[in-house]
Amino acid sequence: MNWLIEFFGDPARWSGPYGIPVRLAEHLEFSLLALALAALIAVPLGLLIGHTGRGAFAVVIAANAARALPTLGLLVLVMLLAGLGTLPVLVPLVALAVPPILVNTYEGIRGVDPDLRDAAYGMGLRSHQVLGRVQVPVALPLILLGLRLAAIQVVATATVAAYVGLGGLGRFIIDGLATKDFPSTIGGAVLVVLLALAVQLGFTLIQRLAVSRGVSRRVKGR
Amino acid sequence: MSSSEPLIRWSWIGRNWPMIWDLLVDNAIMALLPALFGLILALPIGLACARWRFLYQPTFGVMNVVYSLPSLAVFIVLIPITGLAERATVIIPLTFYALAVLIPAVVDGLTSVPDHVRQAADAMGFRPLRRLIQVELPIAVPVVLAGLRVATVSSISLVSVGALIGRGGLGGLFITGWQLRFPTPIIVGIVLVVLLAVVADGLLVLAQRLLTPWARARSAG
Repeated sequence: MNWLIEFFGDPARWSGPYGIPVRLAEHLEFSLLALALAALIAVPLGLLIGHTGRGAFAVVIAANAARALPTLGLLVLVMLLAGLGTLPVLVPLVALAVPPILVNTYEGIRGVDPDLRDAAYGMGLRSHQVLGRVQVPVALPLILLGLRLAAIQVVATATVAAYVGLGGLGRFIIDGLATKDFPSTIGGAVLVVLLALAVQLGFTLIQRLAVSRGVSRRVKGR
Repeated sequence: MSSSEPLIRWSWIGRNWPMIWDLLVDNAIMALLPALFGLILALPIGLACARWRFLYQPTFGVMNVVYSLPSLAVFIVLIPITGLAERATVIIPLTFYALAVLIPAVVDGLTSVPDHVRQAADAMGFRPLRRLIQVELPIAVPVVLAGLRVATVSSISLVSVGALIGRGGLGGLFITGWQLRFPTPIIVGIVLVVLLAVVADGLLVLAQRLLTPWARARSAG
């Protein structure tokens, strides 16, 4: 506890190029970029295979195998081969974020009641309209769950970027560990946890606002 | 890294194989024990949550928070208690991550048992404990094992983060490779982590086939 007071109570921690606000901004930058890239790859792919049912088996197997990729190993390898920068740090984070988004988007679309889909076709909607107006809204809770799981893992894992000399909240942890400055280490860890909880809360709010009332009532009723 | 350095130096692997093997075994132990402990703890907790529904929401909320804790941060918070570079420092947090995945799986598995099956067991004179062990748990096996597969694969790859506090199984190779600017150990580490995960996952799929012989009988005939 004293360590926390020492860390958060020190005004020097709150300003300058190595202060908490700057590190927080760096952390958010990596995380948001990685999540956006992963979503751009995984959401359309998940929608496509969920809607058409083609290639599902191979994609789910590949996504599960990708979960086993160790982020730290991928990070140091990419850094070694490509050099320092923001782009290399994105590679392992995107690799981390794609599987949960992909699998949940696919499962969400696949899980939409076939009667509902057929009714939409029966009303004369075209294939892409069925996807956009019926399947996506109904699957939205699961798609958001995938994005939330990915976001939390990315925020938590972006700490590792500090090991190869990049910024972010991980700096406090890694530097603290290297210089036996435990207040910095513990303080950095607490900041990451708070950020992850904020992401959790943010997604709960998005879910409240974005998911159609009819769908959320049905989900609760189950 | 000089440009003459090949991506993989095979001779390095041969020379260092005993060390690599030790790291592989250490990695397997530190990943599989949490999955096992997680399963042992998740069964009673999940049973309680399935039996008394009001427990489910709070338990689920706590597990959501646990899941969002960064592993590196938890390792570090534990160091003063369990010690630097100790197995326990890695095993304890990974057990909690496994729990976060397994408790919902156990609850979902038990609630997936159809009511008519439960009633049939009651009508045959099964007492609640026997009904649980002989009817409900076997039916829950596929869902629980699906959770166990995710928990096992993620803990195998999460162990490597422990390398940053000096105990990360194959993750140690990532540190070695980075410090020497030498890609071979890093590649060996990544490949072995993924291989370990694929083997463990395959064994769990096999276990599922053995534990649920009726699923195969039904699809065959």
